[in-house]
Amino acid sequence: MHIIVCIKQVPDSSEVQTDPKTGNLIRDSAKTKMNPYDLYPLEEALKLKESRGATVSVISMGPLQALSTLQEAYALGADRAFLLSDRAFAGADVLATSYTLALGIESLAPYDLILCGKQTTDGDTAQVGASIAQWLNLPSVCYVNRLEVMSDGFLVEADYDQFVQEVKLKAPALLTIDKEANTPRLPSYLLKKKNADKKIEILTLDDLLKIKTNRLKDEQNYFGSTGSATQVERMFQPVEEKANLVFKDQGKELAKVAFQALRDRNLL
Amino acid sequence: MPEFNQISEASLAYFKSILGEERVLVGEQISPDFGRDELTFKPVMPEAVLQVETEEEIRKIVLEANAQLYPLTVRGQGTGLVGGAVPIRGGILLDMSKMDSILFLDEDNLTLSVEPGVLLQDVTAYVEARGYFYPPDPGEKTASIGGNIATNAGGMRAVKYGVTRDYIRGLRAITPTGQPLQVGGNIVKNSSGYALKDLLIGSEGTLAIITQATLRLLPLPKESISMLAPFSSLNQAMDCVATILKSGSQPVALEFLERQTILDTENFLGKKFPHSTSPAYLLLSFDGNSKEHVDQEFAQAAEICLSQGALDAFIIDTEERKSTVWDARGAFLEAIKASTDELDECDVVVPRPQIAEFMAFAHSLEEKYQMPIRGFGHAGDGNLHVYVLRDGIDEKTWQSKRKNIMEELYQKAFEFKGQVSGEHGIGFEKKEYLPLLAGPEAVELMRGIKAVFDPNGILNPGKIF
Repeated sequence: MHIIVCIKQVPDSSEVQTDPKTGNLIRDSAKTKMNPYDLYPLEEALKLKESRGATVSVISMGPLQALSTLQEAYALGADRAFLLSDRAFAGADVLATSYTLALGIESLAPYDLILCGKQTTDGDTAQVGASIAQWLNLPSVCYVNRLEVMSDGFLVEADYDQFVQEVKLKAPALLTIDKEANTPRLPSYLLKKKNADKKIEILTLDDLLKIKTNRLKDEQNYFGSTGSATQVERMFQPVEEKANLVFKDQGKELAKVAFQALRDRNLL
Repeated sequence: MPEFNQISEASLAYFKSILGEERVLVGEQISPDFGRDELTFKPVMPEAVLQVETEEEIRKIVLEANAQLYPLTVRGQGTGLVGGAVPIRGGILLDMSKMDSILFLDEDNLTLSVEPGVLLQDVTAYVEARGYFYPPDPGEKTASIGGNIATNAGGMRAVKYGVTRDYIRGLRAITPTGQPLQVGGNIVKNSSGYALKDLLIGSEGTLAIITQATLRLLPLPKESISMLAPFSSLNQAMDCVATILKSGSQPVALEFLERQTILDTENFLGKKFPHSTSPAYLLLSFDGNSKEHVDQEFAQAAEICLSQGALDAFIIDTEERKSTVWDARGAFLEAIKASTDELDECDVVVPRPQIAEFMAFAHSLEEKYQMPIRGFGHAGDGNLHVYVLRDGIDEKTWQSKRKNIMEELYQKAFEFKGQVSGEHGIGFEKKEYLPLLAGPEAVELMRGIKAVFDPNGILNPGKIF
């Protein structure tokens, strides 16, 4: 079984700071870590490696600085690591990021399972996983907290707060893994030492353009800020709020109350 | 034992005139919590709870108590484990929890003046937000600073930084005869007569009532890293401790963990620990001002552990990893408590090389008495926490087995030239063992000191000896 895990390097602070004037992320370049949410899919992959035998590849997109995060994946037990790094990838939104990662993943084919964290602590969109599945035309489930391997695919359980969904998927598939799935292991000093010089393959735009599947017209326009459908206007600390609303009406009535509820919250 | 009087109506009226009606609690108004601490299972209630807010109120109350011979017990948050704040002779319980102001941060002297009712976690949060560090780190973060001082609380950073006593620059107090006392101060050295400040620290509320403390701070270290090293036996793990400490590496914390306690904690928290398949673990942490420094200390200790049989050395380097591991470690006592109906504890301190042998002895008693025994502790300073669990047996058998096991444990600690308590104090739960381990002469001197401070014996009677 070949499992590919998408990981990202993020700033190492529990609260991401933004510059109040420019709205940009304040990045302390010295302090970074693996996106904490990515530890859960990686743990899930490593557990499968131990229980059934699998090759675990990790892939990330980012500047060369992200090599240290891929090195950490080796210290956790990953077998192969790949970094998608090119100036042309910079400034990517969900669309461009997921496209770049999808091509990177294609270059590692064949694969049986792609695992992502449910979101990152800096971008916070929680959309990249599902978008990769879309580009690759794969079945996908988000927020998985239990994963079982079946003879022809996977049986997963996903928690959506108000209900739990059990889904069977054919391989290959993409899942985003939630925090309840496991307790991530700690990096091993022995593995870190053993893999200190282990190769991390760097893939550039040219490398991706050589992949022969799913070609799009004017493909170079799909990467980085050029390929992004959205631009960040402003960043600010979110006010934390979470509410569950249950609407019991049906049909048009339901549409009406839901519309009103969104309107009341200035969401429309 | 001194003879005491019941609190008279006149005295109650006097206390109300000082504190107002609402800060004088009697009878039904007194919550059972005021009759116990974290490990007392049968509350002993005071006659009155007096909720003080100022030193002057305390002085007036003490003068009255001393004149009328009322026993007076001081209570912080009641998080003690040996009954130190339990009013076993009834009388007055002085509730210090309303004296919880942080008074003054002196950035030139690197000190913080606080009232005794401030919680440890509030001190920590206050100073760390300003780039300072108050190193004492007892497991119970909701304890009051006054309680920490009264028991000379230790905690997990003792290996590198020492204990509460090492971070108290000065104290204000009211003696049992109502005299205000100022000991120590905003000074670093002091060779001026007897070390009264150090005498008050760890006196468990028997010598004076602390009304203000000046805490010593350090600059907050910028970096820290921890390590979890699994071993196939506790012996193997403990053999590493001396080598690590000799190597010049300076761990902040050096704890040992046993598998059963980890499993209890997983059950209690409903959350898996990152590794739990090995019988024994060492958990270390390092701090410093640069990443290179802490990484180098880590590597040095990791190499020692690996060369002496560790199966690996896991790296705990992010906030998430630190909180997963250290929060679990911090929940050990609560987890063990939750796993049974009642327990007794032993907080002995033995010379470091004897820790493994002491724990092996403790586990041998499990078999001998057919009673579950759990343990964990501070490998770096020889302080062990051993718990005997009742697990539903009848009262009579429990009392007799508990007593026998405790006697055997303290006898073993005596053979190893250890002491009764590393950090919890003596209270009333452990006082019968003090003469054995501290020696009768030392206890006699303690009685003499007590008589000088407290001629009528009103302050926290029945504690320590």
